[in-house]
Amino acid sequence: MGSTNSTLLKIPNVEVLMQETGFSPAHIIRLHDRFKALDKEGRGYLCPQDFGAIKELAMNPIGDRIIGAFFSPGKETVDFHAFVKILAHFRPVDKDRPKEPNSPEPINSRSNKLKFAFQLYDQDKDGKISRDELLKVLRAMLGMQVTEEQLESIADRTIQEADLDRDDAISFEEFRKSLEKVNIDHKMSIRFLR
Amino acid sequence: MAFLRQFTLILALLVVFSTSCRAATLEVDSVEKGHNLSSKSSATEDTSTSTNDSTGGHGTSTISTLPIVIWKWHHVETPYLVALWILTCWLCKLVVELNHNVTNVFPESGLLIILGFILGGIVWGADKVQTFRLIPVNFFYYLLPQIVLDASYCMPNKLFFSNLGAILVHAVIGTCWNAGTVGIALWACYEGGAMGNLNIGCLQFLLFGALMSAVDPVAVIAVFEEVHVNEVLYILVFGESLLNDGVTVVLYNVFDAFVSLGGPKINAAEIIKGIVSFFVVAFGGSFLGVVFAVLISMLTRITKNIQVIEAGFIIVLGYLSYLTAEMLSLSAILSITFCGVCCQKYINANMDEKSVTTLRYTLKMMANGSETMIFVFLGLSAIDKNIWVWNTGFILLTLLFVVLFRFIGVFTLNWILNRSRLIPIDYVDQFVMGYGGLRGAVAYGLAATLDEKKIPEKNLMLGTTLIVVYFTVILQGITMKPLVQWLKVKKASQSDLTLNGKMNNRAFEHILTAMEDICGRMGDNWWTRHWNYFEDKYVCWLLMKSNARKHKDPIFGAFHKLNLEDAKTYVTEGERKGSLAFIRNFDNASVDFKKKLALEYADLMPDIMADMSEYDFGIDNVPVNSVMKNQIPSVSLDMYEQDRKGMPDELSAHHLLDQHLYKSRSHNRPTYSRSHYNTTENPDEMQEIFQRTMRSRLESFKSAKMGVNPAKKLSKHPKKDSTHKPNGKPADPHRTHPYGDEDFEFSADSASSSEIAGHFPRRSTPGSGVDNPSFIPEMDTSPPMRNPPWQTETGNNAAVAPSQRAQGRLPWTPTNLRHVEPPRMNTHSTDTFVMGDASINEEAPERKPGTNQTKL
Repeated sequence: MGSTNSTLLKIPNVEVLMQETGFSPAHIIRLHDRFKALDKEGRGYLCPQDFGAIKELAMNPIGDRIIGAFFSPGKETVDFHAFVKILAHFRPVDKDRPKEPNSPEPINSRSNKLKFAFQLYDQDKDGKISRDELLKVLRAMLGMQVTEEQLESIADRTIQEADLDRDDAISFEEFRKSLEKVNIDHKMSIRFLR
Repeated sequence: MAFLRQFTLILALLVVFSTSCRAATLEVDSVEKGHNLSSKSSATEDTSTSTNDSTGGHGTSTISTLPIVIWKWHHVETPYLVALWILTCWLCKLVVELNHNVTNVFPESGLLIILGFILGGIVWGADKVQTFRLIPVNFFYYLLPQIVLDASYCMPNKLFFSNLGAILVHAVIGTCWNAGTVGIALWACYEGGAMGNLNIGCLQFLLFGALMSAVDPVAVIAVFEEVHVNEVLYILVFGESLLNDGVTVVLYNVFDAFVSLGGPKINAAEIIKGIVSFFVVAFGGSFLGVVFAVLISMLTRITKNIQVIEAGFIIVLGYLSYLTAEMLSLSAILSITFCGVCCQKYINANMDEKSVTTLRYTLKMMANGSETMIFVFLGLSAIDKNIWVWNTGFILLTLLFVVLFRFIGVFTLNWILNRSRLIPIDYVDQFVMGYGGLRGAVAYGLAATLDEKKIPEKNLMLGTTLIVVYFTVILQGITMKPLVQWLKVKKASQSDLTLNGKMNNRAFEHILTAMEDICGRMGDNWWTRHWNYFEDKYVCWLLMKSNARKHKDPIFGAFHKLNLEDAKTYVTEGERKGSLAFIRNFDNASVDFKKKLALEYADLMPDIMADMSEYDFGIDNVPVNSVMKNQIPSVSLDMYEQDRKGMPDELSAHHLLDQHLYKSRSHNRPTYSRSHYNTTENPDEMQEIFQRTMRSRLESFKSAKMGVNPAKKLSKHPKKDSTHKPNGKPADPHRTHPYGDEDFEFSADSASSSEIAGHFPRRSTPGSGVDNPSFIPEMDTSPPMRNPPWQTETGNNAAVAPSQRAQGRLPWTPTNLRHVEPPRMNTHSTDTFVMGDASINEEAPERKPGTNQTKL
């Protein structure tokens, strides 16, 4: 395990990171390797172009939004800590782990997972998914299969469904309510991050 | 009262039943052939010597005088008995289902078996010999296939494939484990002297173990569906039991071959051959099923013109896949399973919705029917002195091992699976899985096929199998429900269909794949995505109709379904409040609808309306209806048509239709066609809509703008109307959608008028020959249904101005115009118009209001 430790030691504040994200050392190391692979120039941070270089991601209809989610507003770079924290959203919830009292809400909690999804829609960060924002996402995801009018009526109807306070936009609270019955732990978790 | 009813029914059942028995006893020497079309054949097999009756019949005997009536029992005996037995069994089910207090506690399958005991007792009492029993050939060829086909066709596809790994592990490894351990443990106990002196060798025990390991899907589904366990547990048990049958049969055949080969001849090479054959048979069967699924899907692409028998193809080809696999000595059950699972998505998209419903119900009926018969006959077969050879040690040990090893197997396999599962299967679920290992008809069928020459103790095995079946189906079946409640097994949550759910599901999928890409790992989502990509690109291209492909998107599908539901509630609501008023007076309807909506969406209407008005018609006094229309877009016209059809007041409906439809249509179409249901077909519907809208539009226009040169008006209008379209935004999408354009019917006059206008340009280019004088007068004959509100509300100028304003909003995209008909439609007089339409109708003879009309 010497190499493990040495890799870990290279990462600053690794204990804090593990504490916050709940990742095991093995995960951290794997992610670190990946981070270094993405960071081709070895600057220690990633910029949107680095993500754009991932071929598969380019095919993803909402790929650019997802890339955007890695960067906090106004920032052009993401360091390893932030990178891991984003990915920690997708760690499956482990029920066995005893809940420590007073511990902050883990990153992979249901509501954090939802928040992550929500902000992909809410591009202007006003806490609401407006009709236009929804329409953009729908357009990206549905692609060529439906016409613009169909898209619009789908969007309208979707908003209606969730819109409880009748402001013609979906707030986070409404978003959460509309997905109450969905098993988010299941749908927003990646197996190998367990 | 209820008791009286039940009593009468039981009496009726007994009468029917005794008829069949009596018939049989009358003809003790006569025979049903082993392959008679259904399960019920007599034990006195195949003496087919009495062919005299069945073939020659009356012709052979010399007659002295002309008989008026002849008693020809032998003529009809076999089919008659079959039909009677089917009737008897189904009546049994009726009796069982009479009292829900009983079925709540007691599983239906168990009750049917018990009724089978009773019937068997009666037969035994009458004949002193069991005349009827479940014959393996009948079971495997006539009763089982439809059950498996139905189960696989109705399988929740996505769930099945996402859990396929776990299911396969349980079905293949679990079954082998069960077979092996039960066989060996029994053999060990036998060697240890627990069963006295039996003539059974190790291989025979293994064979017995193999047949005992068949977890029966029929029994499992019957029990689990009543309990409503959570979907993952359900799919695991269900999928396992389905695939496990196939595996069991394969395993059984391998061991059977070993038994015939005899102990000494078995060497390493033979064992390896056995293992190879196991995999070849299992995977070959599955592959064959997939091939048939492809065939079916491709066939349904082109069956549009024979819609009535469309659904039959799936049943026949499914059955053929079963028989073909059997012929090639591949696993028939696996073949038909995979056939059903793989083709469902494509055939559902390819076939008309009505055919899909037909198929679904037909399969359900056949499956349920034969399931009922299987259980009754399982009970009936027990009442036979000949098959009972009692050996306490053997029977009890079998029961013990079957249950015990099932649990051990399930827990071990789940433990392994849980190490890599995203959501582990918890212990309660595992326990239920183990407990759900019900044995059923497959085990019995296999036991009954045992060869007495090779296995001297066949009857002991058969009897034991029956006991295990009764034990598991009845006892475990009864205790399952309380157990599930007591253990607090997660039940299936009732999730309703929402667009939000669908949309976010899609988004989550994309997010997950993106994250996997970023992490640089090929996870589950990577595979899902690539499969989807591949499917989109190649599989759908091959197997789906092009227009079906367009609409297969789940989000859109959900949208469509929701709209249909709304349409239905709308119509029901309308009818409840007085259907005719609702049809004639459009204002009423929309008011009703608004109320309903208001209920549904709490008070969100005003806001939406306010919001809508922003891109609404630009008319200040936008009627509520137009908003309503936005709310519930793309409602089916054919709901409306249905509604009309079902109207109590046929006369006025007729009249109404008459006003809106072409009279000529009724002549050139037969009222009734044997080979075609009068089904609504979208293109025709669109024509219909077009015509109707055209008319009412013209009509309203004429009345609105009397005195103005109609030709000019009209030529101007379409363009204007097209600009209207953007206003009704949400309503537009269905333009291209099959059910699309009907919503204009929904909204009241004003809305419909604008909508009508919106429709116009699809067909007729500006300046169409509507100015034909013969056309316009005809318009006048139509009733003033739409006129007054139209006139009053929008007025003359209002109709023009707003649209121009609206013009700027959304460009009139060419796609929207895709439905524009060839010029022939709009050239000139009504007559040509009618002709053109009629000829099209003939091409695709589907139901159109025109035919309805004649029926009315």
